[in-house]
Amino acid sequence: MANKKVLFAGLAMTLTAGVLLAAYQRLVQPKYMSDVVEGNLIADYYRSGKDHDVLFIGDCECYENFSPVKLWEDYGISSYIRGSAQQLIWQSYYLLEDTLRCEKPKVVVFNVLSMKYGEPQNEAYNRMSVEGMEWSKSKIANIKASMTEEESFLSYVFPVLRYHSRWSELTEDDFRYYFGAEPNFFSGYYLRADAKPAQNVPKGTPLTDYSFSDTCWDYLGRMMQLCAENHIQLVLIKAPSLYPYWYPEWDEQIREYAEKYQLHYVNFLDEDKLAATGLDFETDTYDGGLHLNVYGAEKLSDWFGQYLISKFDLRDRSSEPALANEWADICRRYHAETERQVKNLEQYGNVKGEADASV
Amino acid sequence: MLFTDSLFIFGLILLFFVYFLIPQKYRWMLLLGASIAFYAYSGVFNLIYIAVTALSTFLITRRMEKMAEAAKESVSAHKSEWSRDEKKAFKEHEKKKRRRWLALLLILNFGMLAVIKYGAFTMNNVNTIIGWFGNRGTLPVPDFLLPMGISFYLFQTMGYAIDVYREKYPCEKNFAKLALFVSFFPQLVQGPISRYDDLAKGLYAGNGFEAERVHLGVQRILWGYCKKVVLADRILPAVTLLISDPEQYQGMYALLGMLYYTLQLYADFTGGIDITIGIGQVLGIPIAENFQRPFFSKNITEYWRRWHITLGTWFKDYLFYPVSVAQPMLKLSKWSRDKLGKNIGKYLPVYVSTLAVWFVTGLWHGAAWNFIVWGMLNAVIILISERLTGLYGKFHAKCGWSNTRAYDGFMAIRTTLMMGCLRMFDCYRDVPLTFRMFGTMFTKWNVQIFWDGSLMKLNLSLADYGVLLTGVLVLFTASMIGRKGSVRKRILGRSRVLSCCMTVALVLIVLIFGAYGIGYDSSQFIYNQF
Repeated sequence: MANKKVLFAGLAMTLTAGVLLAAYQRLVQPKYMSDVVEGNLIADYYRSGKDHDVLFIGDCECYENFSPVKLWEDYGISSYIRGSAQQLIWQSYYLLEDTLRCEKPKVVVFNVLSMKYGEPQNEAYNRMSVEGMEWSKSKIANIKASMTEEESFLSYVFPVLRYHSRWSELTEDDFRYYFGAEPNFFSGYYLRADAKPAQNVPKGTPLTDYSFSDTCWDYLGRMMQLCAENHIQLVLIKAPSLYPYWYPEWDEQIREYAEKYQLHYVNFLDEDKLAATGLDFETDTYDGGLHLNVYGAEKLSDWFGQYLISKFDLRDRSSEPALANEWADICRRYHAETERQVKNLEQYGNVKGEADASV
Repeated sequence: MLFTDSLFIFGLILLFFVYFLIPQKYRWMLLLGASIAFYAYSGVFNLIYIAVTALSTFLITRRMEKMAEAAKESVSAHKSEWSRDEKKAFKEHEKKKRRRWLALLLILNFGMLAVIKYGAFTMNNVNTIIGWFGNRGTLPVPDFLLPMGISFYLFQTMGYAIDVYREKYPCEKNFAKLALFVSFFPQLVQGPISRYDDLAKGLYAGNGFEAERVHLGVQRILWGYCKKVVLADRILPAVTLLISDPEQYQGMYALLGMLYYTLQLYADFTGGIDITIGIGQVLGIPIAENFQRPFFSKNITEYWRRWHITLGTWFKDYLFYPVSVAQPMLKLSKWSRDKLGKNIGKYLPVYVSTLAVWFVTGLWHGAAWNFIVWGMLNAVIILISERLTGLYGKFHAKCGWSNTRAYDGFMAIRTTLMMGCLRMFDCYRDVPLTFRMFGTMFTKWNVQIFWDGSLMKLNLSLADYGVLLTGVLVLFTASMIGRKGSVRKRILGRSRVLSCCMTVALVLIVLIFGAYGIGYDSSQFIYNQF
């Protein structure tokens, strides 16, 4: 009897502490709603439909340069972008694994910029890429591969260990979105309607070594194998971002790799591709050439839609009622958001619609 | 491994479960295994030092005990043959033989400590002296990595050996059990320096699970973590900043640095000891208390009876008393009485012994002149206070207001400030700089830093100050209530539910308000460096 009482008291204390901590954890975890909204990209996938023919994986050069809405509206291609800020190649790989648990696209498009990073880089970006994932073997492997020296696995399992001190920085968002974030994105696309011309884009400084690390090649190989096992076509791309600089020596290595393994590779920085897409870096980028705005993304997606249709067995699925219904909502939100941002730009000079906003 | 490492915390929880699940007779073995693993984590080679201490102590104490038994048997066998003087002479002779073994043990172990901890300090000083005579060559300076907790386990073990020599209790016959006494992991980081007769029984008994005791132990551990991670580690960045740039942070900044360090040291050291004692309590092993509300002391003598109690009593029992009654000291006493008069002759040996003890206490804290000067200043203040005892008595008799609680409070604050000033020697890189920084508190009157926003530029935010202030108030309140007995026991006695709520609250406070993880410097316990 006494033992039972002790056991009960112990369990009650553990449970109470656990519940209170879980509630607190939910409060202090960043909501990524007003600032650094990219932090919600990964988690947003689990709220979307799971019927996509094309899956984009990569960093900001993916989620800011391609418009899945354009691909749907003009070509009937259902696509999703699983991207996050400075998404490293192993993060892309594990996100691909994670996505394949839910669906099997026909084409996977991987942006190769992350080949330049052979080691974990930045805790903040890791968090944005990893924390939004649902728990699976892929997430565990992703955490282990991504952690910088100062990070601990435990703090991913219990984010309260990382964010515990945010009690002094809580904002209205933390309370407003306590029970969940509102969708910010359009099938993984981060929409920006403002423009900032690309001027004085810096040239890359010479490097002592242009070779990609073994880790990156290994993950690219694993990605290729995973696609092959699932009968998925892998397309390598280099998005048309003028910066970070994409060295010809890097391009050459990717080209050789693609040729060796008979993969498709499209470098949108090639002059003929830039001309074919019709991109104008005076009007089609919102941050001086790093990322495209919605107009640039639509131009790029227009060209890429044609490319996908011509190269792969993709058909126009816009007549499928369930899919059309789902996309109708995304398209409606997409156009409304574009309109809202345009209005804000006219009225306030920024997309946020704030008198003193910096963007 | 730090007590704050997640590996330690998970290991500890696992140990608690396994400890109570395995049969009683194997529990001490589990503790030995855990202690070895804990120590090996700090460096496998460090095990050599602790193994040398354990083995040499085991062999020599066994030897001393056998010699003592043999001597007793001889006396008993010759009981009728030997005269009283013959028996006394024989016993003295045998004791001398045992003393040689003890000396060998002490020289071996303290010699090891001297070389590892003080080798570099000694050689640096020798090189400085050589330099004064114009010699430009220098002698090599050894660079040993200090094994974790060597000053603690060595003192504890040598105390045991001296007690065996004094035949206070029989020596431990099982080497593995002695090794556990030497290496018991919660004490390795920063003590306390336990006595064998206090610790051994609980250590080897393998006491069973007692819900109330375990619960109180867990609360004590959590309270320790609160002090360490909520207070000590939170104020650490400010202390580091204030002492890192003495040119910039002078005057009131030096005062702030002194006060902040006082809080940090108290929270860090007592927090670590709370964790240690709490672990012992969970396992059913009573560990000696090391603090008794030191900042409530009315003078420095009292403070040292309440702060790091086990070190103070160790020095008193194994250094002060033996030095006081040693032959040279008795000779000095006689000489001073004859030559300098009765009054001086009476006090001189006590003063010499006190200065010797404080010199060693300073050295124990670190191989630097800062610590030696710190020790000597403590001694000087204590001796002056003792000389003025009569005067204080007259003052208290004459001034009734000096016997009020308010005056007691004033004396406690005065002691805290004095100890804070002395502790400045811990902070600054050398003795002259410490004196200079102390001096700036009176010469540089930059009091505006308290209201012009400068306090917010010391790596502490308003939220940090809020936590620190609340923490200090809670500590003070708990100390006040604690004068009438354990706060945890009283709460448990009043209501079990309330006690459970307090445990949950402590967990939440540590996890929410603790300064740990990315963005905070996970700091070593300060006393682990000594």
